[in-house]
Amino acid sequence: MTTLTADLPTNYLTKEHTIASWLLTKDHKRIALLFFASITFFFFIGGFAATLIRLHLVNPAGNLLQPDIYNRMFTMHGIVMVWFFLIPSIPTTMGNFFIPLMIGARDLAFPRINLGSWYLFNLSGLFLLYCLFVGGVDTGWTFYTPYSTLFANGHVIPAAVAVFVNGFSSIMTGLNFVVTIHRLRAPGMTWMRLPLFVWAIYAVSVVMLLATPVLAMTLALIAIERWMGVGIFDPSLGGDPLLFQHMFWFYSHPAVYIMILPAMGLVSELITCFARRPVFGYSGMAYALMAIAVISFFVWAHHMFVAGISIFSAVVFSLMTFFVAVPSAIKVFNWTATLHKGSITFDAPMLYALGFVGLFTIGGLTGLMVATLAVDIHVHDTYFVIAHFHYIMVGGTVSAFFGGLHYWWPKMTGRLYPEMWARVAAIVTFLGFNLTFFPQFILGYLGMPRRYYAYPPDFQVWHVLSSAGASILAVAYTLPLLYLGWSLIWGPRAGPNPWRATGLEWLTSSPPPQHNFARTPIVKAPPYQYNPADGSYVAQDGSVHA
Amino acid sequence: MRSLAPEPQFATLEQQTETAQLGMWAFIATEVMFFGALIFTYMIYRVTYWEQFRLAAHDSQILNGSINEALLLTSSLTMILAINYGKAGRNDRLVAFLLATAFLGLCFLGVKGWEYVEDYNSGSVPSMNFLFKSDYHAPTELFWIFYWISTGFHTLHVTVGIGLVMLLAWQAHRRKFSPNYFSPLEVVGLYWSFVDTVWVFLFAAIYPLGRAVT
Amino acid sequence: MSVGKPEPIAPYVIGWAVMMLLLGLSVLSAYLDIGIFHPVVNFGIAATQAAIIFIIFMRLRGRPSLKWVFAAAGFFWLMFLYGISTVDYATRSGFPSQ
Repeated sequence: MTTLTADLPTNYLTKEHTIASWLLTKDHKRIALLFFASITFFFFIGGFAATLIRLHLVNPAGNLLQPDIYNRMFTMHGIVMVWFFLIPSIPTTMGNFFIPLMIGARDLAFPRINLGSWYLFNLSGLFLLYCLFVGGVDTGWTFYTPYSTLFANGHVIPAAVAVFVNGFSSIMTGLNFVVTIHRLRAPGMTWMRLPLFVWAIYAVSVVMLLATPVLAMTLALIAIERWMGVGIFDPSLGGDPLLFQHMFWFYSHPAVYIMILPAMGLVSELITCFARRPVFGYSGMAYALMAIAVISFFVWAHHMFVAGISIFSAVVFSLMTFFVAVPSAIKVFNWTATLHKGSITFDAPMLYALGFVGLFTIGGLTGLMVATLAVDIHVHDTYFVIAHFHYIMVGGTVSAFFGGLHYWWPKMTGRLYPEMWARVAAIVTFLGFNLTFFPQFILGYLGMPRRYYAYPPDFQVWHVLSSAGASILAVAYTLPLLYLGWSLIWGPRAGPNPWRATGLEWLTSSPPPQHNFARTPIVKAPPYQYNPADGSYVAQDGSVHA
Repeated sequence: MRSLAPEPQFATLEQQTETAQLGMWAFIATEVMFFGALIFTYMIYRVTYWEQFRLAAHDSQILNGSINEALLLTSSLTMILAINYGKAGRNDRLVAFLLATAFLGLCFLGVKGWEYVEDYNSGSVPSMNFLFKSDYHAPTELFWIFYWISTGFHTLHVTVGIGLVMLLAWQAHRRKFSPNYFSPLEVVGLYWSFVDTVWVFLFAAIYPLGRAVT
Repeated sequence: MSVGKPEPIAPYVIGWAVMMLLLGLSVLSAYLDIGIFHPVVNFGIAATQAAIIFIIFMRLRGRPSLKWVFAAAGFFWLMFLYGISTVDYATRSGFPSQ
């Protein structure tokens, strides 16, 4: 690292060099990089499982993986991608790095808890790797009882313990953000002047705090039941297997909003900056984020429509699910309105953001389709649902993650990435993604069940298209590793504000100094004060830039 | 005193103190959800299996449970008194009341351990030696599963609390706290009182179910 | 914060005494034949004790503050789990199975 930044004044990367200064750091920026490393590692593990699945499904007879191994593959893909990549992705990396900077603080409220969160994350990863090495688990990432408690063939307890510990990492991160955003805002940074990314992280943190403990208890209960052979979900004792599902989905539905809310906040940053326009309807956007966070707690049993809940409650949950779509739709309308009459440039972050809007819209609309009871009877547990949530998680969250990564790359590393390659990667991502997952809508509608290792030959053409798309996606996700890595050594040096953006994070050097700001900034302006007509903008400290 | 300057992210020591307390309240909210989820399962099953739960709860040891509640309630009192004396700079009383709190906590653990032994001896451990007494059907085992899991988690929390209180007592003995710096006392006090709160709800769930009719 | 003179301890001792009394009442109620009112009385007492602990011992007295919101948040959110699940349990005919 010394050769990369030897000629710069000291910043958070160069201030100290020892391993201990990284592993025992209290600096939120270094902790963000530590998390980047961890989640990237698990992204590849989850991606490897996906690769094997898609390779296996090219053939209707399913002869690449044994059925039992296939079950373990999709289970590990789900567990790893949900808890070890998507949920931590944006909050622990870009959230950790930029929340203090965006609110004008010198660090998060509890730096040691932040570091502790990373260690807990890695501890949970060790439990998961142990589970993988001894053969994995085959229950699906949803751990439904009584299979998971009484009959499963895999290693349920290590997997449950891994996710349990991972949950506490989540809780610690959320706790830190909530308290920090309440208490450490710089003078003048009122709630309604916060960038939408901060609002999004706040909303996500509220959900993390209130939902995750329910998951923790639920997993503890199934681990105990599996260990002791007797438990509260066992029908032979009078227990209710659906009770598990109620408790599991009470967390896991808000969890999917944990995965999308930070992405929505990020997209607001990107669209405003690269369309050079203030966001349309700032307060609506902020309230929509909070509304999504709250209403997400009312809809969980839409995952249980065919599980045996009463028709009456299914109608109630279906109605609630329609309600939760409203604030999301408001956001899509407002992003579109923000683009209108903007001065748009198609840099890589903007390409990812635009991809997000399109893919999230498709994912969201198909969400309404599955929320409709009659339709869900037909498509539940088919590839239609898989396509729906991958459009949101991958088309949405992963696109936004890459958009934010590129947007903030100069700030984090002090280097500019090669723009052409980044645009190529963004476009290849969009094309590869659609080729992978659009055929899955068709497959699901035609009746292809999820979690099946073999299928009728009529479906093969769609599976082949999907797997071909997956290979393109693999290239698209590998490209950034290559050119971003290249930029660390050979990329041109970045100034403090290469994108001419308005947030407080752009007022400090690239990379920032250890304590972020030489002097605590005083906030005088709302965010996103861009002028599309002449490219001028007002940064949040009130300074006007032509 | 080395702790008198606030950490770099805080402007004043007062901001740091307030923020630490807010952090503990946020953590308490998560614990409410954690134990609340467990009590949710209890609620569903109690309503569904009213009579079986009443029968099963007959075997719970109301005397031990009540003694334990009395111990914990008193320990909340000694804890708040400790904090008060700490804020007033009366270090010797601070240490004394912290030790009293820890001692009451240890008594809780002792009574709980004794109760667990008695529970085992009377065949109340599902999957190990659960005894189906007369009129017992399968759901009585659900009650006892709840009993062991809820009191088990609670006991874990009490143990952590005792550790924290004893750590504070040690630090107080080394004169770490003063009227200008007592934030850890308040934060641990919040945790300890919360653990007490969990117990009052568990007590209501486990012990006083109808014993009028045998 | 006063140096040298602790806060008055009366509220804490009274709070403790009231909670001990409530404990006694709860135990007593176990031996009364009040049928369906058992959970009402017992959990009502528990909630009252919890309120005393939160307000007096955890110092939520005084002006409403952010701490009140955090303190209430968990209990408020639990109502979503309890309340909306009840919609299913109240209307489902398949449980319990006997």
